Amino acid sequence: MQEAEPDRIETQEYLVNMGPQHPSTHGVLRLLLKLEGEIVHHVDPHIGYIHSGIEKMCESLTYPQIPYLTDRMDYLSAHMNEEVVCLCIENALGVEVPDRVKYIRTIFSELQRLASHQLWWCVMGMDLGALTTFFYGLRDREKILDIFEETCGARLTLHYSIPGGLMFDIHPNFQKRVHDFLNYFRKKLPEYDQLLTGNVIFQERTRGIGIFPKEAVINYGVTGPSGRASGFSCDVRKHLPYSAYPFVSFQEALDDRGDTLARYQVRIKEMWESMSIIEQLIDNIPEGDVQVKMKGVVKLPEGEYFQRVESARGDFGVFIISDGKKSPYRLKFRSPGFSNLSALHAMSKGWKIADLVAIMSSLDLVIPDIDR
Amino acid sequence: MSAIWKYISDVLKGIWTLIQGMRITGYYFFRPRLIVTQQYPENRRTLEMFERFRGEVTMPHNENNEHRCTGCGICEISCPNGSIEIITATVLLPDGKKKRIIDKHIYHLGMCSLCNLCVKNCPSDAIVMAQTFEHAVWDRTQLTKVLNRPGSKIMEGVKE
Repeated sequence: MQEAEPDRIETQEYLVNMGPQHPSTHGVLRLLLKLEGEIVHHVDPHIGYIHSGIEKMCESLTYPQIPYLTDRMDYLSAHMNEEVVCLCIENALGVEVPDRVKYIRTIFSELQRLASHQLWWCVMGMDLGALTTFFYGLRDREKILDIFEETCGARLTLHYSIPGGLMFDIHPNFQKRVHDFLNYFRKKLPEYDQLLTGNVIFQERTRGIGIFPKEAVINYGVTGPSGRASGFSCDVRKHLPYSAYPFVSFQEALDDRGDTLARYQVRIKEMWESMSIIEQLIDNIPEGDVQVKMKGVVKLPEGEYFQRVESARGDFGVFIISDGKKSPYRLKFRSPGFSNLSALHAMSKGWKIADLVAIMSSLDLVIPDIDR
Repeated sequence: MSAIWKYISDVLKGIWTLIQGMRITGYYFFRPRLIVTQQYPENRRTLEMFERFRGEVTMPHNENNEHRCTGCGICEISCPNGSIEIITATVLLPDGKKKRIIDKHIYHLGMCSLCNLCVKNCPSDAIVMAQTFEHAVWDRTQLTKVLNRPGSKIMEGVKE
């Protein structure tokens, strides 16, 4: 046996479990970290702790029953999830929904995006040790949830879009409430910057952390605000407009730095854009029906159908294979969270554990969206 | 020398940003009327839900203990979770014809996801969503409810 040199400390890689009950993994995501000291060498995400078999369950549901289930996947952008299934079914049947439905769906999507980004903002602050942000974000989110509750009776799992239109017409108070909210939130959003964005601790922990180049973003399929922060123009609302997005003008929030701070600022910019989109639509909702007359039993013609929308986390797609029966033969969701998570190990390689928390927070993961 | 100045200015700038954040906290600390917390359950008596709030499925009855349910079973078919069971009975009318009426409209609140499909698809508007939200009970068998009241019958003039 040879003695180790006394002036050299031997280090070795070791494995640590982060989660599934870790507060900063936002649910039940288990990360197996390969560490050397405090430096992350590899991140191995283990998913499946909240797998609920939604894709499989959809195969035994009829088409009008599917949208209610999709609310439970990415519960923070529930309306976009319903909308994508409804759009796919409508396209397959060749049903053209009235303009009123398109406008209301777009307003709801943007309100949902605002609510989602507000919650992301408060959780991002909380993950980095600023608990105060949590209360301010939820305070403003409550106003949006009240708007939802008044019009469609639910706060989180809305089930507002159904194939062929909407569940109800908008509530008479809807437009007034949305105006009130926009006036209120225009004053409150600068507060977010004052409270967190300018904070020296927050800046130090996010600037230059987890830089992810554009090529890697495209290779890993990272979409949504996380992809746009690296300069990858991937907004489905802009490139493949659906619903009422062709009627509005808005800027795609882009950044080319690709670090955690850029991902943060892209989302703050998106909140401003969402407010401007709602403002353009809210006073111009056309009159008309909110429901196209559909058959009692909806049957899609045999074939394969695909539809994408921009959810709050990125490019959300649904792929339906129909064999002509009243329920789909196979239904597949392309969820943005899954692809964004797949890039986590490349983003966090070489950074410390504390930076991993910041990077993961900036990806805005929702675990049921990943597990489905 | 410049490094020291940079260090000092960084420290001062950092303190300034912290004060910016604290200003907001202080602003709300001294304005208690801006607090948005609801004092639940103390405000139970005055708390009102929105009229479209989906709390649970109920079947409204009028003062003569009559409802509008024909027992057609569309709600049972449209429910994605199987939380509604319709049990029908056949009665003999005075003119000798047989008629199918509702015997029991069984509703499992524990399985219901409040998607509103049954209420939307009901052809005779027999069921509605109630605004109740305190559903906790001691035993899960209490979550299974029979919506039509005992001895109730169908209202006159409901189309079948």
